[in-house]
Amino acid sequence: MNNSQQISLKERFEKQFEEHKKNLYKHDTRKVAEYRSQGYDAFRRLGFPTRKLEDWKNTDLKKALETDYKQEFELTHEEVNVEDLFECKVHDFDTEISSLLNGWYVYTDSPLKKLPDGTIMGSLAKAMKEYPDLVDQYYGEAFRLEQNGFTAMNTAFAQDGVFIYVPDNVKVKRPIQLINIINKNENIFIQNRNLVVIGKNAELTMVHCDDSVNHNISFTNSLTEAVIGENAGLDHYKLQNLNNNSSLINSSFFSLEKNSRLKANAITLNGGLIRNNIHVSLNGENGAADVYGVFLLDREQHVDNQVFIDHRMPNCYSNELFKGILDEKSTGVFNGHIMVRKDAQITNAYQNNKNLLLTDEAKMNAKPFLEIYADDVKCSHGATVGQLDKEAMFYLKSRGIDADKARTLLMYAFAAEVIEKISIEPLKVRIDDMVKRRLRGELSVCDRCVLHCSEPEKEIEFDIDLSKI
Amino acid sequence: MLLNIKNLHVEIDGKEIISGLNLGINKGEIHAIMGPNGTGKSTLAYAIAGREGYEVTKGEIIYKGENILNWEPDKRANEGIFLGFQYPVEIPGVSMTNFMRTAINAQREYREQGSISGKDFLARMEEKKKLVEIHTKLTSRSVNEGFSGGEKKKNEIFQMAMLEPTMAVLDETDSGLDIDALKIVANGVNLIKNEENAFLIITHYQRLLDYIVPDFVHVLYDGKIVKSGGKKLAEQLEEQGYEWIKEEFERVS
Repeated sequence: MNNSQQISLKERFEKQFEEHKKNLYKHDTRKVAEYRSQGYDAFRRLGFPTRKLEDWKNTDLKKALETDYKQEFELTHEEVNVEDLFECKVHDFDTEISSLLNGWYVYTDSPLKKLPDGTIMGSLAKAMKEYPDLVDQYYGEAFRLEQNGFTAMNTAFAQDGVFIYVPDNVKVKRPIQLINIINKNENIFIQNRNLVVIGKNAELTMVHCDDSVNHNISFTNSLTEAVIGENAGLDHYKLQNLNNNSSLINSSFFSLEKNSRLKANAITLNGGLIRNNIHVSLNGENGAADVYGVFLLDREQHVDNQVFIDHRMPNCYSNELFKGILDEKSTGVFNGHIMVRKDAQITNAYQNNKNLLLTDEAKMNAKPFLEIYADDVKCSHGATVGQLDKEAMFYLKSRGIDADKARTLLMYAFAAEVIEKISIEPLKVRIDDMVKRRLRGELSVCDRCVLHCSEPEKEIEFDIDLSKI
Repeated sequence: MLLNIKNLHVEIDGKEIISGLNLGINKGEIHAIMGPNGTGKSTLAYAIAGREGYEVTKGEIIYKGENILNWEPDKRANEGIFLGFQYPVEIPGVSMTNFMRTAINAQREYREQGSISGKDFLARMEEKKKLVEIHTKLTSRSVNEGFSGGEKKKNEIFQMAMLEPTMAVLDETDSGLDIDALKIVANGVNLIKNEENAFLIITHYQRLLDYIVPDFVHVLYDGKIVKSGGKKLAEQLEEQGYEWIKEEFERVS
């Protein structure tokens, strides 16, 4: 039975935890070590999620967990040239790059940098040594340990990841780009942990890319905690372009203090099995969260989006928009849960999920869910699953556009509603380009992160922005 | 003959709408098709453009000497057939410029010409916009989205001007237009018209024909052309309505 397989992977991890205990706790601060022990206990109790759990009903991990994976408990220097991997060719989008290779922070000069504006950026393991008080102040503030087995597992097993600290009143000029590269010649299990702290009145834009370099089987269990301080703002873009043999559990926990803003955008271009857990906690008055997502699937790909928005305080706003295009035998899930607690009066919360199914075999499960305990609230939700508009298809064809191009135009138009929400123009152009190439079947996993993919000189068939001529 | 429709029968969902229609159009001619509602005017337009679900059960549509019934709508368009829609479709997310440039490049590709340059395309857009007095920037606007009724119809004529068809079918382009918009639309047609192309104008009212003077007027009733004549026939229909046509038709059959 597959169950025994799952248990055995769990058991293997338990064994490895005992074996590598010394390494695992090596860099920990007091608080991180405490959490690690709790995480381990919780993982032993919870194990890997199965379809018996309500929120895992539509995502089957059986096959992904049958593989014998290896986690690297010590940083091993691969024969990969870091410079080559992360060289940025695009001129008009200048970013501060931080990169993880197989879950470990890789660097050319220093594992922990201090930018001129005071922002600290680098390896979490290193930050635990150099800024233990800072790490302890925020680690664990945004996430929920027992949300599921993966959250617990990450807490028990993650050793490194990216640490970003933006001091009060600092508006970070260049976006910080986090590139998560998977490149290993054996089946690898990656668990990285990122901690992002944005001080009062501070602002940060993050672009977070998950990419695989080769076609080996991998499993990533990544967790990001972002603490957004009073009156602060975070723009968070998540891009996924992984090979079809990869599984990715991607948990993001955002906590928003008074008057703070979040704009999160998850863009899934390719991947074998992807689960996005997005958890937003509005902890102070006047918080505002826009949570967007778009996913383009074909073959037997599967994407599961779980969005939980927790309205804990009055006068907050949240808006979710997720759009999916599913071709061939791909499957998708959208579970949106809005919680409005008793104290969260004058809440505005909106949720929308729209999907296009291109074949009879593609499948989408959408479950909008509102849980409201306050009385003065404005909430709405909606979910649609449909096909390409026949009227529009004929209109395009009647102007000489063939069926394939007409389909591409309409699919792109469908996705564009989310792409248009991207507020950084050069990034929007890049992502736009990637989406178009994905829809035309020209995007490969070798086109790594979004900032590397594009050749701006190359003319693209549908891409004309005449306002720039 | 540019377009020759012979004994055409068209069914929608098994129900015959056009039953034995004959119509011949030469280059340089303007034909008007008039008739009461529900007699098959739009069905004829869609059958010429090749819309799915409009099944030709009998007869032929010969265009430039070839039977086009097996051609896809895009092939028909690229061969020079244009349909101006009675109800233009809104396509959110597809900008007018993207749409037009894709269409023009599809046509050029079909005719084995290279793609149009950004500069030439822009110049052509500006020129044709003037023709139908479109003043707004189309760049940022999605196809027909948020357009008023008049703007949508002007947009159809604009697209026609951009694509320079040989055989243009305009399906009730005049419906819902005020007199100013009607003049603009008519003026656009008159400027596009030349000795090498032809128009088939479908209309319910005569008033458009005050501005676009047809060479022939046909009355469509019960899926057939029951009467043909010159411009005078349109005037007679305007004065007397369609009742006498119906009576005449019933008497004959």
